Parts: sequence; structure tokens; C-alpha cells
Amino acid sequence: MFEAILLTVITAATPLLIAAIGELVVERSGVLNLGVEGMMIMGAVVGFAVANQTGSGALGVVGAILAGMAMSALFGFLVLFLVANQVATGLALTILGIGLSGMIGEAFIGVPGLKIPELYIPVLSDIPFIGPVFFQQDALVYLSFALVGLVAYGLFRTRMGLVLRAVGDNHGSAHALGFSVIKVRFLAVLFGGACAGLAGAYMSLAYTPQWVENMTAGRGWIALALVVFASWLPFRVIIGAYLFGAVGVLNLHAQAIELDIPSQFLSSLPYLATIVVLVLISANRRLTLVNTPACLGKPFVPDR
Amino acid sequence: MRLELVKRKERSASMAVMSPLVAVGLTALAAAIIFAISGVNPLVGLYEFFIDPLTERWSLEATIAKATPLILIGCGLAVCYLSNNWNIGAEGQFVVGALFGSALPVLFPSFENALTLPLMLIFGAVGGALWALIPAVLKTRFNTNEILTSLMLVYVASLLLDYLVRGPWRDPDGFNFPESRIFSDAATLPDVFGGLMSLATPITIVIAIVLAIVLAKTLKGFEIRVMGESPRAGSFAGFSAKKLTIFSFALAGALAGLAGTMEVSAALNQLLPSISPGYGFTAIIVAFLGRLNPIGIIIAGFVLALSYIGGEGVQSGLGVSNEIASVIQGLLLFFVLACDTLILYRVRLVTRKVSATTGEPSHV
Amino acid sequence: MAEAPEDKKAPGARQETGDLLDARGLTKRFGDILANDRVDLAIHKGEIHALLGENGAGKSTLVKMFYGSLEPDGGTILWQGKEVRIDNPAAARALGIGMVFQHFSLFEALTVVENIALALPNPGNMAELAKRIEAVSNDYGLPLNPKDFVADLPVGIRQRIEIVRCLLQEPQLIIMDEPTSVLTPQEADRLFLTLQRLASEGCAVLYISHRLEEVQRICHHATILRHGQVVRECDPTKETAGSLAQMMVGSEILGVGSHTKALSAGEPRLGLKGLSAPAGTPFATALNDINLDVRAGEVVAIAGVAGNGQGELFDALSGEMRVQPGMVVLDGEAAGARAINWRRKKNAAFVPEERLGHGAVPGLKLSQNVVLTRHATKDGLIEAGMVSLRKANDLEKRIKKHYDVRMSHDDPEARSLSGGNLQKFVMGRELDRKPGILVVNQPTWGVDAGAAALIRQGLIDLAREGSAVLVISQDLDEIFQISDRIAVISRGYLSAAEPAAQMTRERVGLLMAGGAETQGEAH
Repeated sequence: MFEAILLTVITAATPLLIAAIGELVVERSGVLNLGVEGMMIMGAVVGFAVANQTGSGALGVVGAILAGMAMSALFGFLVLFLVANQVATGLALTILGIGLSGMIGEAFIGVPGLKIPELYIPVLSDIPFIGPVFFQQDALVYLSFALVGLVAYGLFRTRMGLVLRAVGDNHGSAHALGFSVIKVRFLAVLFGGACAGLAGAYMSLAYTPQWVENMTAGRGWIALALVVFASWLPFRVIIGAYLFGAVGVLNLHAQAIELDIPSQFLSSLPYLATIVVLVLISANRRLTLVNTPACLGKPFVPDR
Repeated sequence: MRLELVKRKERSASMAVMSPLVAVGLTALAAAIIFAISGVNPLVGLYEFFIDPLTERWSLEATIAKATPLILIGCGLAVCYLSNNWNIGAEGQFVVGALFGSALPVLFPSFENALTLPLMLIFGAVGGALWALIPAVLKTRFNTNEILTSLMLVYVASLLLDYLVRGPWRDPDGFNFPESRIFSDAATLPDVFGGLMSLATPITIVIAIVLAIVLAKTLKGFEIRVMGESPRAGSFAGFSAKKLTIFSFALAGALAGLAGTMEVSAALNQLLPSISPGYGFTAIIVAFLGRLNPIGIIIAGFVLALSYIGGEGVQSGLGVSNEIASVIQGLLLFFVLACDTLILYRVRLVTRKVSATTGEPSHV
Repeated sequence: MAEAPEDKKAPGARQETGDLLDARGLTKRFGDILANDRVDLAIHKGEIHALLGENGAGKSTLVKMFYGSLEPDGGTILWQGKEVRIDNPAAARALGIGMVFQHFSLFEALTVVENIALALPNPGNMAELAKRIEAVSNDYGLPLNPKDFVADLPVGIRQRIEIVRCLLQEPQLIIMDEPTSVLTPQEADRLFLTLQRLASEGCAVLYISHRLEEVQRICHHATILRHGQVVRECDPTKETAGSLAQMMVGSEILGVGSHTKALSAGEPRLGLKGLSAPAGTPFATALNDINLDVRAGEVVAIAGVAGNGQGELFDALSGEMRVQPGMVVLDGEAAGARAINWRRKKNAAFVPEERLGHGAVPGLKLSQNVVLTRHATKDGLIEAGMVSLRKANDLEKRIKKHYDVRMSHDDPEARSLSGGNLQKFVMGRELDRKPGILVVNQPTWGVDAGAAALIRQGLIDLAREGSAVLVISQDLDEIFQISDRIAVISRGYLSAAEPAAQMTRERVGLLMAGGAETQGEAH
């Protein structure tokens, strides 16, 4: 029982983790991309469509990543080159993504999907409990952890990360020192788009291997909240993602043990939990003020 | 060669008018491309989508009926966005408003008199306002980001509606269908001009005009504009950012709630598991396309309503997915935001660096 | 063209062409404004070269082209005799050009070593870099702790980071933009020693300033800019402060009639009684037991280095930050917990430091900006909740006329005005009311000399008519010019106000450097 719950938690947490770590990088560079939901749903539908047409899960994943990046490039062009309002543009991205995915996905409703296979590591995978939980996941689960490690290393141990943090902290100074604020941010936005696309692919190729309209159901928004929850520190995103993953699967297991609670109430738990967590985090002004990238959401126009 | 933005000294008045028009034009262009990709003659597609609904009385009325909630919600959102409060949960406020407004006819069906409708409308506005006050209070009290909280409450509101319609508020004589009982005549908003439009439309227009005057002429309107552009200067003027956050969310929630109640009372006549085709989100586009100005919003609401009717039209007429409506809506918001850049900036194309002989930069 | 063939301080005779940097005909245009018009400038090895000019004369534009942050529209730059194109700051640094920015180019959320690493092409191992920083900074008498976060450091130390960052690049030219504007006089003296040592080692310094006294003290040569053009070159030691000022401004500056002294100080109109307030954010300064009386008829100035609690003090005075009722007293009434408009109705007026975004809304027309501070006063701008456009327009015209606010067309948006004109407008908006109590933060920051003289005169005239005027300023020249009494703020502590006649720059400097703090604590 516990093992089964844990396994569902992992699959529920993985897309949140991937999308949130991407958005963390974006926000560290000083850009707020509220369009995670839109990029994710596009990743889900393109991932499904490509996998379905080519029969290859890997190609599906690549397609999803490219779709997420294409969406984020659109966002990046507007907010970085045209200095459009970031909040409104992020919303536009989500609205567009939901519409476009619905249009693309119409042909795939009810089509049986393709599931990314779980890895099988001889001996290790056969250990009871530990085997299935730690050594019998699909590749994307391991990739999600690798991503967090990579982002943490990149942000705090490389020059590239130093420049990215500098741009997010004070774009005026970064510009004065000769860094291309817009280029750095655009690359960060593309990375965020790639992650959101990948997270979407996980939804339609691993979590529930099928295409359902609006299947991300607000997970992109929860990923945004996770970045705040993690106060922009990569490893804390893991805690948040698994916490929210656990809340998300409560519904499933509560029905299994026949709890007499309306399913709608359990379904609303992740959203309510997000609100509660945001309140708890933001009420601590010291914590949020110190860690928030100082230029988050602020427009930048270089003087030339 | 590169693109450069050059800040204008002052905002361009002509661009402020041109920007939405250019955006609509670009959207039509993009829509034509999408039609072509879908294998439809772009001109036929555009005609069916944008023009055909205007040619017949019934579809024109249907468009206006659809525009009504969009305009009402958009007006409230404009006040939020002008004052820099990012309420994106109008969809939830619409639903909860509808629930509050419907409580009377659903729970007390025998309460049928002249007070029924006014009470419903008041309840609806109050319900929407209360739901909107949750993110507002969290923002002012705990500094919580209102974007995420207001949006999360949309999902909660939809689930609440789903629960009520399938559970306690289900029509006892409804053969277990997930729907509430049908409202009585006393709880139904009367039609006007004998067609598809209800009293909701004139009410909405009046509210929009009043709001336009408030924004343009009164101290409250001045406060809203100052706070949105420069909170520090607003507090120097003696305005309170927190009070304005509460005010703008409450107003937007009330208008969304009112829209929800009127929609349920006039158009649906009962509660269903889903009562909105995303009005709360589309109204965000309406607010921006209307330049956050209530009069502009009336026009923008009509344009966006056209996309709903047009979407149904191309689906039945040309076999194109009606999802094209939300694609076009999303593109429209993109283009509006992109064109708005031209109000504050000039774009110039720098072709090469410096001409050594004249010392003059060469731009196009 | 002033030649200085026998200059003892400059190495060798001064030649027309610079052996280090030679700029010829540099031109830069921003929209309609010609910021630099065919500027020639020659810099020699080992010289401290002053670049003088009023605000808006084009000094910053010029040096930004040397540092690669701006692209010239015309002209050439020769570096050690060879024509170069400096495309970006990294290219400038590679040539050996370093820059210390006026408002700094530091990152608060990063450590000292990270800040420095960002400007180096190959910073290498962070631990080794930290060691180098410690060595170099100690060597030049500018000690730094590489692990500190910039957010926790005062401005004086922040400037050290910028200087050490330049030094680590082994520069041949260091550009310094108004470096002493954030320093106490004593800190400035220490900086001058560093600059002189650098010059003796052969490094050139391009020193931007409008403080003539220090230019005369340390600079070997001066180039003077006006309206984007070079108007004169000279040896500053052979000029008087007056003649230098005249070259900068182009005409005689009107003196301020400050020494029509207050006849006899009247009743206290503005009182601070044990004003204390905790820091609102991690980056703010707490106010500690501040006591001060400003009497009718006098101008009291509060001196201090930026970031020592001036903003917080202003907010407490204006009511943007509420404190205990008795801590702020206006004409005998406890006002500490009252809102800003209550205070305005009691005939108090306030002018904040930030013109755009605090004192005025950038995107609103001036007539609308009039409403900003005067909607609650007895000007009748609001009738039954409606803003009277006619009255707002009349007021705007009156302010424009009386305070010489120049604009390209009628009633423009605030953002389109130049700094000096906007400051005249926001000052005029309050002076026009003839307030009984006026609190001003940085009345002439970034304002040209003509406008500054007008504003200062306005403050003195207001006081002489029986008002109490409190000026918070970082400009010691201004403070000595206009005030009757001077107090000094340091880390949220305020020294006792002393008659200006008895104060010296040295004493103010000591109080700025912490003397005010010990005095305040001893209270």
C-alpha cells in the first residue's frame, strides 16, 4: 500500500519538479513567465502527437521540448524585445497554449497513447520496496533529479550562473559592466520553455499516457507557486514538488479506502494547499525579500 | 542590423488609438494563415468567422448577449489592472457570484415576487465580491501574490459548483441529471427587444458608462491611475495601496458575480456543472484590447464575443475545430500587447554602425 | 587653449595629443538631443584629468563611450596612438580602461568576490581571487572582506569594491564619475591619496566632478564641457573656483542671498521628540531617538552620506511612515500618527528626493500632477468628488510662470521634463502654497546651477516670511549656503543642530563618519 502510494507520488511530483526548476532559472534571471501552464499543455499535446505519429517516445519528448521552447521564444520576444508587460504576456501565452493544444489535440482524443518505459536495472530493481521505488522509474524521473542538481551547480558554481544571478539582481549594473541582459534572459526563458515542454510530455507520455483536453489542470500554475515556496533555491523545489505531488494523489487513494468525502473537495486540495503555502511563505517578509531576485518582473530597455 | 526601441518623450496619443486596430488586423492575418493550414480558403474562413455573424439579426443578438458578461467582467478587471492589482480569477468570481445569486431560486423556489430578481442580483454581486476579497485580503495582510491565489480559486470555485450541482442542489425531479431546478419566471431576467438579449445588456452598458465617468473625472479615478503607475507617488498623495487593492478586487468581483448571476438567470435559467465558456479569462483580453477604458471595453467585448459566435460558425459551416476561437483570442492578446509597445516607444531599425565619413548614423 | 608647459605635477610637458587616450570629434545623439558634439579630449599617462561640467553637459555620455557602454555616432578614439573601436565594456577593460560608476554597478545579492569576478575576464578560482582581493585592497589602504554581501555594506565600502575591481584589472586609465558624492570629507581625503598613488605609478585618472575645490586640489588638467561641447581646457590650479564655475555655466551664477540672517528665531513649528522607528525592510535604516526643533523663520539642514536614514526620516515627517503620535509635532499638535494629507491641511508641505515616481507621476500631465499633492488642501481642486480640470490647469500655469518651468509645449507629461525643470515644478507646487512648514529632501540633486540658485533662494525667502524649513541634503556647499543651523544624520542617529556659523566642514565630516551616532547614543 505504502509502496503504491509512493509510486503515484513520484509520478505526480515529476512534472511539477521539471516545470518548476525551469521557471526557477527564468525567475533568477529576473523574468516572470506566467505562461508555464500554456507551455506545458503544448508540450503535452505535441509530445503525444509526435510519439503517436512516429511510435517513438523519445522523439515525442524532443518534440515537446521544442514546442515549449517555441512558445517561450514568443514570450521572450514580446517581454524582452518589445518590453511588453510580463504578467499580461504570460497570461496570453497560457490562453494561446490552451487553445492551440485543443486544436492540435482534437484528432488525438481517445487515441491510445504510448508510455515511456520504466528502466530495469538488474538486481537493484528486484530488491523489494527499494527496487520499485528507486530503481524502477522511467528515465524522466531520474532526469528530473539530475536537472535540479545541474541547475544548482550551474547557478552557484559556474560563471554562467553568476552572470544569470547578476542580471536578475540588477540589470542596470549588469548592462553597465557589459553583459547582454536581454540575451541572458532570452536564453533563460528558452530553458524554462524547454523544461515546461518536457513536463508536459511527462503528463501525456508517462503520467496518463493519453491526450485529454486541458490535462495539465493548473499544474503549470502550481509550478509557479513552487518557485516561491522554494524561495528560488533549487533543492527546495524537490521538497515542494513531492509535497504537492502527495496532496495531488490524495484523491486517488482516498477513494480506494472509501473515505466519505466528496471527490470535489479532495480535488480542490492541491489548489487550496497552494494558497496556504503561498500565504505561509509570503507572510515571512524577511525570507521573501532577501531571496527574491530584485529585478523580477521589471522591464529593461538598454540605452545605446 | 538590429531592432532598437527608442523611448518616446511622451506617450503617443495616435498610437494609443491605432494599437488595438493594428492588433485586430494582425490577428485577422494570423487567423487567415491558420485557416489555410486547416485546409480552408482563408477568405471564406475569415468571412465566416468575423463577418457572417453580423449579417443576420439573430446572430447579431447572440453576439451582443455573449458580449454582455465579457464587458461587465472586463470593466471590473480594468479597474484592477489600472491600479496594478493582477486579478486573474474573474472566472471563479463569476461562478461563485452565480452560486450566490442562484441560492434564492434553488433553495427557496416558492419565493416568487418583485423582490426575487433584485435580491438575486445583489446576492450575486456580494458573492463575487467576497470570493475576490480572499486574494485581496491575502495580498494586503500577508503580502501574498494575488496572481496565483486568485487563479487557484478559479479551480476551487469550479469544483464547488460541480459539487453543488451534482449533490445538494441537484434538481429533485431531474432524473439524476447534474443540474439544478429550472428558475421560475420571477427569477428570470426579462428579455429586451423581444429576442436573445436580456435586461443584462442595458444594465451592463449603464454600469460601463458610469465607470467611464468615475475613471475619467473623479478623484477615485485619479487615485486608481496614480496608484497603477506609481504606487510611491500614490502614497505621497495620501492614497492607500491596501485600501485600493481591497476596493478594486471587491468591485471586479462584484461585477463578475453580477455577470454570473445574470448569465444563469437569463441565458441558462438553471445551474449546470459548467456555466461559462471561459468568460472570466476572455474578459482579460477584452480589458486589454479595450485599453482598460470602459468605453473601449464595450467595443472590445463585442469583438471577442464575435470570436465565440464565429468559432461556432466555422465549426458547423467549415468543419474547423471551434478551438480556433481560443487560439484567435490568445493571438489577439499577444498582438495587443506587442502593439502597445509603440505607444511608449518608437522602433527603429539600425542597419549599420557608423559611417566613418559623415559621422552620421544611418538608420532606416 | 591653456597650455601648461611647466606643470610640475604632470609628467613632462603637456602635448596636444594624448599619449594614452585621444578622442577626436566624438559625437553622440539621443533623439533630438545632441549629448556630445565633436568632443576632443586628450589624456596622458599618469595625469589626473578633470572633466568638468554642469548636470546635463554630457560628461557621463562621453565617458560611457570610452568605457564601451555607449556607441559613438561619430568621431574616433585613439588608444596609445592606435585607432580603436570600443564595442562593449569588456573590450574597454581589455584595453586597460576601468570605471568607477557614480551610482555603482554592484549586485546587492552577491558577495564582494562575486561582484569583482564579474568584471574580470578570467577570474579563476574564487578562493584565490578572494586572496588577491584582500592583498590588493590592503595594499592600497582600501580593506575589504571578500565574503561580505554587498547589501550589508555602507556606500563608502561599496565604492572601495568598485575601485578594487578596477585595480585588479591593472588599468592604465581609471574613469571616476563623481566619486566623492557619497563620501564624507575624511573618506574623500583617503580616496585622493589613493588616486595620487595611482598617478605616480603611471595610471591616468579621468575625474568627473562638479566640486571645484577638490578638482583644484588634485587634478593636473581640466577639460570643461558645456551643452555637449568642449568650451575650455585649463590647468585648474591656475584658476579660481569662480573662474572655473563661470566656464562651466557660461555666465555669472546668481549668488543666493543667504546672509540676510533670520532676525530672531521664532516659535518652534516643527518638532521631532525622541523619534524612533524600526527598519521596515532588511535594506532600510532604523531611526534612533531623533530630537530636533525647527523654528519659524529659520532653515535647518540635515547633512549626511546617502543611505543613513534620510529617506526614513523624510517618510516619518511626511506621514508616509506612521510613528507614535508625539514623535512628530506640527505647530504644537501631535502628528506622528497622522496621514500625509492631515499634515498638509495643517499647512505643512513635503518634497521628496525622487522627483519622478515619488514627487510626480511620470505619465501624468503636469496639471494632473498638481492634483497629486493639493487635492486635500483648500485649493478647491475637488468639487463633489470630481476633479476640476480648469482649476488644476490654472494652478499649473501659475506654478510654471512663477518658478520658470520650461516646457516644449503646453501641459506635458512629467516624464518629458528635464531634471531641473521638473524639480522647479515639484518645488514650485509646494512653495506656491506658502506652507508654514516645509520639509525637502535633496532640493537640488542633479539640477543645473541656475535652477539650483532659484530653488535655494525660494527656500530662504519662505523661511524669512516666517515658515520653518527643514532641508535634508548631501551637498555640503548647499548646506553651508542656505542653512541657519546644521545637524548631521549617521546610521539613523541625528546630532544636535548647531548654528551654521559655528560649524566647519571638518566637524560635519566627523559627525557624518559616526560622530552623530555616538552623540545620539549618549543622549
